[in-house]
Amino acid sequence: MTEKPLISIEALARRYPKRGGGETTVFEDLWLPIQKGEFVCLIGHSGCGKTTILNVLAGLDQPSSGSVIVDGREISGPSLDRAVIFQGHSLLPWMTVLGNIAFAVSSRRPEWSRETVRAHCQRYVDLVHLSGSEHKKPSELSGGMKQRVGIARALAIEPKMLLMDEPFSALDALTRGSLQEEARRICRETGQTVFMITHDIDEAMLLADRIVLMTNGPQAEIVENPLPRDRLAASMHRHADYYPLRNHLLEFLVTRSKSFASEIEGRPYDPRKPAVVRPCAVAEDKVPAAASV
Amino acid sequence: MASSLTLRAGLLSLLIFAAFIGAWQWATLPTAGVAGNVDPEYAALVSGAAAQGAKSAFPTPADVAATLWGHLKDPFYVRGANDQGVGIQLAYSLGRVIVGYLLAAAVAIPLGFLIGMSPLTYRALDPFIQILKPISPLAWMPLALYTIKDSGISAIFVIFICSLWPMLINTAFGVASVRKEWLNVAATLEVGAFRKAFLVILPAAAPTIMTGMRISIGIAWLVIVAAEMLVGGTGIGYFVWNEWNNLSIGNIITAILLIGLVGMALDLALARAARLVAYRE
Ligand SMILES: Nc1ncnc2c1ncn2[C@@H]1O[C@H](COP(=O)(O)OP(=O)(O)O)[C@@H](O)[C@H]1O
Ligand SMILES: [Mg+2]
Repeated sequence: MTEKPLISIEALARRYPKRGGGETTVFEDLWLPIQKGEFVCLIGHSGCGKTTILNVLAGLDQPSSGSVIVDGREISGPSLDRAVIFQGHSLLPWMTVLGNIAFAVSSRRPEWSRETVRAHCQRYVDLVHLSGSEHKKPSELSGGMKQRVGIARALAIEPKMLLMDEPFSALDALTRGSLQEEARRICRETGQTVFMITHDIDEAMLLADRIVLMTNGPQAEIVENPLPRDRLAASMHRHADYYPLRNHLLEFLVTRSKSFASEIEGRPYDPRKPAVVRPCAVAEDKVPAAASV
Repeated sequence: MASSLTLRAGLLSLLIFAAFIGAWQWATLPTAGVAGNVDPEYAALVSGAAAQGAKSAFPTPADVAATLWGHLKDPFYVRGANDQGVGIQLAYSLGRVIVGYLLAAAVAIPLGFLIGMSPLTYRALDPFIQILKPISPLAWMPLALYTIKDSGISAIFVIFICSLWPMLINTAFGVASVRKEWLNVAATLEVGAFRKAFLVILPAAAPTIMTGMRISIGIAWLVIVAAEMLVGGTGIGYFVWNEWNNLSIGNIITAILLIGLVGMALDLALARAARLVAYRE
């Protein structure tokens, strides 16, 4: 992966002023490149700063130091190049499904005629299987349908990158499963670059090419997904690499995330090149730390 | 069941109305025996019949109904400056309320928008609003008469002042409390300031703004009666005051009833409008 990344997070830090003086550091010295067409998942315990990172990537929040480089340029604010799917669906409740998507599309393409916008929106409504509900208001939709509108709205502006903050966490398991499959299909078909936050290991295993494990400290570990690219939720657990990967992730979140700081103590740790791991069924499963990226 | 509840509520309303009319009728029954107790000065003021005790000075429901019918039959007559139909008087009052109210809306909604968008102006203007808001609009009347000189415009000014605050405060509040997520959506879509104001903030704040507009029209209609009693000339407030000077209780009661009906109609109209901009989250 020597190709120039689409997005490069460089020495990013975010601190909040503490009440009564001083500062709390949410994260610091975070480095992460994201290649074009890559699906990256960020997993971490709640409160470790995932949403904060995403807001910085979206341009809604400013980092305390460090920068985010997109296409060779440092970002300075929100952009249509980076579409966001928010944790709550955040549809505008006074607009219909089509209206919400059209609002986004006509923001992206102010020169388009009403009919062009409409036809374009309809394509994305069909893509997320919402045909027939175009003229419903968000309050008339189920949670899963609202989330689909959010996905359609984000995809319809044809962004360079999709940022998702726990997009499926508020849904029931069945809806979540089918939406995950759909998200995977759409992202693969369109070659979309995605940065997604989740706290669901199975979701990350299904969707991500790379999984960033975040600790409450500044450190992180990157896990490459060894599962075949055409994996399906229903059958991926039969793959030989499934359990090694799953156990690795689980172990990190349950135990190693707390002891990670002492684990890497004494060893040279370069935050620019966090350890990259590829858990596989074969014994020789670890790529030497800091080998790639 | 909802329908049976509506039916029963309607029946109860009728019953209450009948009881009220009955009590009124009973209270205004001719009191033949107490003629001697009538204060002679009062007797000189009111009609001869009442003074003799044959009939109460307060009109019976039937008297009022007859008066009301008389007014409704011919609401728009003009017989000189001091004798115009009740419809004309109501139209004068409504005209003043609507002009003052629309002027207030034209100032309060854009200004409230700006105040709500900027925390700085919100804080800076808050003390002024807090002090000006509780002032009775009628307290402005002498000042208005002194500076404007024209009594009709002064009444409009008083309506303007009293309608201003609820609309201003509600608009500022509604705009300031638009959900952060919706603003974030607008931000990530790089929506321009005008599009954001008209397509995101205005619809989001519209229900709160409409609540302010509804409060304002209610207050304006309350205030116009008092204002017209003060400035005189025309209007339903002046009509009531004039009929008090004529001691025509029947006309006063008719006017009170009509004031209530028009106020209700104004409120209903704004409630309708509010439903148009309401949304469910
Ligand atoms: N406005 C703020 N002021 C102070 N601390 C904040 C603020 N926003 C978030 N934080 C802190 O930053 C940390 C990370 O928050 P967040 O990014 O929302 O976590 P999560 O990983 O669950 O998405 C939390 O500990 C939270 O307390
Ligand atoms: Mg979060």
